[in-house]
Amino acid sequence: MRVRRLAAWTALPLAVTLGLAACGSGGDGGSGGSGNSAVSIQIGEPKHLVPTNTTETAGAQVLTGLFSPLVDYDAQNKPYEVAAQSITSSDNKVWTIKLKDGFTFHNGQKVTSEDYINAWNYGAYAPNGQDSNYFFEKIAGYPDLQGKEPKAKEMSGLKKVDDLTFTVTLAEPYIDFRTMLGYTAFYPMPEAAFSAPGVLKDSYEQAPIGQGPFKMKGTWQHDSKIDVERYDAYPGEKPKVQNIEFRIYQQLTAAYADVLADNLDVLPTIPSESLSTAPTDLGDRYQTSPMSSFQFLAFPTFDKDYSSPDVRKAISMAIDRDEITKSVFKGSQQSARSFVSPVLPGYRENTAGKAGEFNPTEAKKLYQAAGGPKKIVISYNGDGGHKDWVDATVNQLKANLGVDAVGVAEPKFADLLTKVEKKTPVGAFRMGWVMDYPTMEDYLGPLYSTNGSSNYYGYSNPEFDRLVKEGSAAKTQDEAIAKYQQAEDILAKDMPVIPLRFGENVFGHSSKVKNVQMDLFQRVNLVKIEAAS
Amino acid sequence: MFRYILRRLLQMVLAFFGTTLIVYALMFAGQGDPIQALAGERPVTAAQRAYLTEKYHLDATGVGGFFYRYFDYVKSLLQGDLGQSLTGRQIGDILQAAWPVTLKLALIALAVAIIFGVSAGVVAGIRRASIFDNSTLVLTLLVLGIPTIVLAPLAQFFLGVKWQLFPPTAGSQPTFYALLLPGIVLGSLSLATALRLTRTSVAENLRADYVRTARSKGLVKRRIVTVHVLRNSLIPVVTFLGVELGNLMSGAIITEGVFNIPGVGFNLFRGIRTEDGPLVVGIVSVLVVVYLVSNLVVDVLYAVLDPRIRYE
Repeated sequence: MRVRRLAAWTALPLAVTLGLAACGSGGDGGSGGSGNSAVSIQIGEPKHLVPTNTTETAGAQVLTGLFSPLVDYDAQNKPYEVAAQSITSSDNKVWTIKLKDGFTFHNGQKVTSEDYINAWNYGAYAPNGQDSNYFFEKIAGYPDLQGKEPKAKEMSGLKKVDDLTFTVTLAEPYIDFRTMLGYTAFYPMPEAAFSAPGVLKDSYEQAPIGQGPFKMKGTWQHDSKIDVERYDAYPGEKPKVQNIEFRIYQQLTAAYADVLADNLDVLPTIPSESLSTAPTDLGDRYQTSPMSSFQFLAFPTFDKDYSSPDVRKAISMAIDRDEITKSVFKGSQQSARSFVSPVLPGYRENTAGKAGEFNPTEAKKLYQAAGGPKKIVISYNGDGGHKDWVDATVNQLKANLGVDAVGVAEPKFADLLTKVEKKTPVGAFRMGWVMDYPTMEDYLGPLYSTNGSSNYYGYSNPEFDRLVKEGSAAKTQDEAIAKYQQAEDILAKDMPVIPLRFGENVFGHSSKVKNVQMDLFQRVNLVKIEAAS
Repeated sequence: MFRYILRRLLQMVLAFFGTTLIVYALMFAGQGDPIQALAGERPVTAAQRAYLTEKYHLDATGVGGFFYRYFDYVKSLLQGDLGQSLTGRQIGDILQAAWPVTLKLALIALAVAIIFGVSAGVVAGIRRASIFDNSTLVLTLLVLGIPTIVLAPLAQFFLGVKWQLFPPTAGSQPTFYALLLPGIVLGSLSLATALRLTRTSVAENLRADYVRTARSKGLVKRRIVTVHVLRNSLIPVVTFLGVELGNLMSGAIITEGVFNIPGVGFNLFRGIRTEDGPLVVGIVSVLVVVYLVSNLVVDVLYAVLDPRIRYE
């Protein structure tokens, strides 16, 4: 008898395993031969899918399918109207936005100007804790919606004229407002998203209703996938594919293996481990395109070691950028010698001037004359694959300046920022920037203005602040760009940060799709992509 | 027996609350700036910071703040509410999605270890110093020597991408077939250990007195091995496998990452990375229960395997 009982015990785990496996064959439509199978695109797990709360690439990628922006950007990165009929202003302060007729939300409701006004007010109302809250700060009445108990729930600057027209009054004239409206935060939200005026339903982001070329198919399957299908009543340019599956991956390496096996159609970012082999692995399915990211080295200007601009310039001259982009990044990034990305209207080459040129002898002389520190520290976040280039940079500084240099990894970027904010000496530290909309101001304002949201280095120059302000308030684009360029020249003089590299989209796709294009925001163009016959 | 089990279950309650307290304290002590960790490299808006701070009582710091937050957590836990992660998802939902797939993976790994490990171990134990014994020795040493972080990508590349025998990744609702490769990779380490354990144990028991008695009674060799030797040899193996089940579930971080399985290991990793105390404690609590239950099952199994062991 005992024997049989033992056999039962041994067999139990097996039985359970097989039973579980049997009931768990949900199956994912990863690869189906029929022409109607979904095109799959890799994303990370989005944090949120509410337009005013989505600031990272994964969420923005999904929302580009579900929503249609007021403006999009052409090949020269100049805005053109999509969901808007016209966006006009005589003084750059009061803007009139006319909507195109014929746009409907996926629940069949017509899109009206109120849907924009409600969505924007929701985003600007501080107690809602929306991540894109500050994108509305230029609109008149925004301060009344801030704080713990705001005075108002609606911005005074938003006025409905009729069902398809509304006006936006800004607190100050802002020339780039039309350009700004292409950002995710400015999508409309339907009445169905709110349970009461100003109260968003918790369930909304599980299946966002938008007015874009694709509509949700089912709900957001957390950590697994998000399925969308073509919305037939969409009045704009029709997508070429019927279904898209945004498949969520925890690791790019896993997604890369799937692309090689034709198990995944589009991988928007090739993992750095595979950069050297990807061109041979994928052949002409390996592609690159311009992107807006900007990697730079920031200095705590309040630290006396690094407070002299000459020290910073010397460090910049001692770095051989081309060598690093070649050896570490395999040409997937470009050396940067300016403070704004080459994709922008108003970009000029080599604005950093002499400081951007690799010149070790000059660098050493300047460094010693300026009395730079004996030991240079470069801090970075260890979770972002930065070790290789930081080590290479540190080695160059050692060799070219004749000082000790070392790279220090902090576990996360948050830890690094906390230290910088507490003024703990971390030495120089790496930073990156991706634009929200293509204007020079989006690079200059947040990063170097005295009160800039990402100015972690204590840089403050009243002249610079004034020029950026004047640029924003300019009458014409040309005048604005001229002011921004003058501001950039000040940065070249003061060198609060050292430009290092401009990024590129480096992406790959399976043999089952063609015409894969990516924009400056690391997003796959969902309208252009086609199934390969 | 029944009283013994009851006593053990009561002990479990204490152990459960003790571990949640310790894990919560560790997460609390290690908490830097979870809001910034969530936002990654972007600046956090004041509005969002204020909102999250209030929602999760992140401003309660120090010893007083810790006990305030811990009791707050336990209070909702007793009402069956595991709380929300920083992105606003119900932790209960996260666990519900993560557990089944990890359990499947761990059981496949365990099955692989039992079927191949134990049977090969028995053969190697009976035929000591044979070619089979020596080759398994070399193989297990090799497997024990290669870390999962190397083994998993290699298996994925060769078996998934190059020869296309298995799908390269499994996803969140995998078929049994898609889970096979990650299961084998995950189970290979346990397989090696189970094999060595079984071999040693069988080899030892074959020299025992009762085997000689059985032989002299004229029993056939097969019966001696399957009934007498195996039963006594399995005690250390069962102990190992019971604990291993918990290890497989919590330790699948690398395997789950490589094969894109959004299970427990991955969520644990994510929770730690985003300093999400409640999420980590929620996962660890369930893991603790798994460990406690599998330990109890192992102890009860002793009595089944060895008649000399009796519980009062």
